[in-house]
Amino acid sequence: MPDNYFARYLPLLLHFLIAGALASVIVLLSWLIGQRKPTRAKLSPYECGMTPVGDARERFSVKFYLVAMLFILFDVEAIFLYPWAVLLKELKMFGFLEMLVYMLIVLVGFFYVWKKGVLDWGETAKPRGNA
Amino acid sequence: MSITTFIIVSLIKTALALFVLLTAVAYSVWLERKVVGRMQNRWGPTRVGPFGLLQPAADGVKFLLKEDLTPPHVYKPLYIAAPIIAVVFALTSIAVIPIGNPVTIFGLTIPLQIAPDLNIALLIILGVTSLGVYGVALSGWSSNSKYSLLGGLRASAQMISYEIALGLSLVGVLIMSGSFSLNDIVAAQTGVFWGFIPKWNIFHGQFVAFFIYLMAAYAETNRIPFDLPEAETELVAGYHTEYSAMKFAMFFMAEYANMVTVGCLATLLFLGGWSGPVFGPPLLQALLPVFWFVAKVFVFMFIYIWVRGTLPRFRYDQLMAFGWKFLLPLSIANVVVTALIVVLQQ
Repeated sequence: MPDNYFARYLPLLLHFLIAGALASVIVLLSWLIGQRKPTRAKLSPYECGMTPVGDARERFSVKFYLVAMLFILFDVEAIFLYPWAVLLKELKMFGFLEMLVYMLIVLVGFFYVWKKGVLDWGETAKPRGNA
Repeated sequence: MSITTFIIVSLIKTALALFVLLTAVAYSVWLERKVVGRMQNRWGPTRVGPFGLLQPAADGVKFLLKEDLTPPHVYKPLYIAAPIIAVVFALTSIAVIPIGNPVTIFGLTIPLQIAPDLNIALLIILGVTSLGVYGVALSGWSSNSKYSLLGGLRASAQMISYEIALGLSLVGVLIMSGSFSLNDIVAAQTGVFWGFIPKWNIFHGQFVAFFIYLMAAYAETNRIPFDLPEAETELVAGYHTEYSAMKFAMFFMAEYANMVTVGCLATLLFLGGWSGPVFGPPLLQALLPVFWFVAKVFVFMFIYIWVRGTLPRFRYDQLMAFGWKFLLPLSIANVVVTALIVVLQQ
């Protein structure tokens, strides 16, 4: 093991570069070897055999953005818990209570989001008769 | 060890690891076809080689020879980059996974891990695997096809939703072991209760966390019952509808490589890593830990296939509700309870 601290990350970098080279070579090989007989129908977007209507650059549900925003909030919470978790045995009860307060604040936000219906996908379930 | 030897050794390890991983990927596909075939009362591959064992090689050659179609309606740079991104990040995360105790060959002590002694190994794995979502999202968007777009969006939303539960389920393990280093986490799980039950995290208070991890991992790797991104009955093939030849196969390589990584991580964090009975002559003693590690990962892969042969697919609203309204509160509760017990025991 070399003394330099950053040398420890060298194998990771090398591995990443080799994996990248490998993936690129595979794509290149397939492009070089594969036969090419394009036809108009083959080159059109796949839509179960129908003639495509427009392309896919359209609007989509805003829900996906909301999920992405919530992800950032809650993933930051999860990451914030990591250093605390590693040091918990030293922080003892004080650290536990401090984090409990933080988690309660996050949970208030979570409860708000839940009640606002951000987590409900599809149509809101309506009570049905006993069919 | 000088820096040159260090680099040469790590290059050899990288080559070996990539070879083993890609072979494992090819044969998990074979195993899956075989096992799911038997579960559905049919044979699975039998024609190429004994028991169809050469089928993965035949498939590989076929994927290379097939027409590599780049449709004119796609956004080309990202369309080509997306499968590469997916595969690269799937193959990179294996670099920090240790598979056994260090071995001594020709007087050199070699850790069985490509990047040894990283004290933030777990963070690296989480970071690299979550970058994999870019491959899926970019392929869905750049294909410029409706099925691909829907599949890509679904996959991204699903992967980031379950990542929170996955991340929180690991906090309990971190509390138990007090370190991010995977070697330390395994070391913290040595020993037994009452003389025979191993002190693995799954038996040591992290039972619930293990199942949260398991379910979140299935969703992260887009596997049944959470394989909505490629729900073939509604989305044809999801985000890789417009891909062909090797680029198509690369998404499968990425998926199976991620399954292997997730299995390795589950083994290290919850199932005691390479711990197991070690006996016999020195050579056997050196090989057995690696064997136990591989055996545990294999069990994990088999459960993956078993679940695929057993469960139907979720509906999208059920999937999101399950992730956000069940797994997330449960994992937070697990963190609080684990922390409280650990603090009170001191």
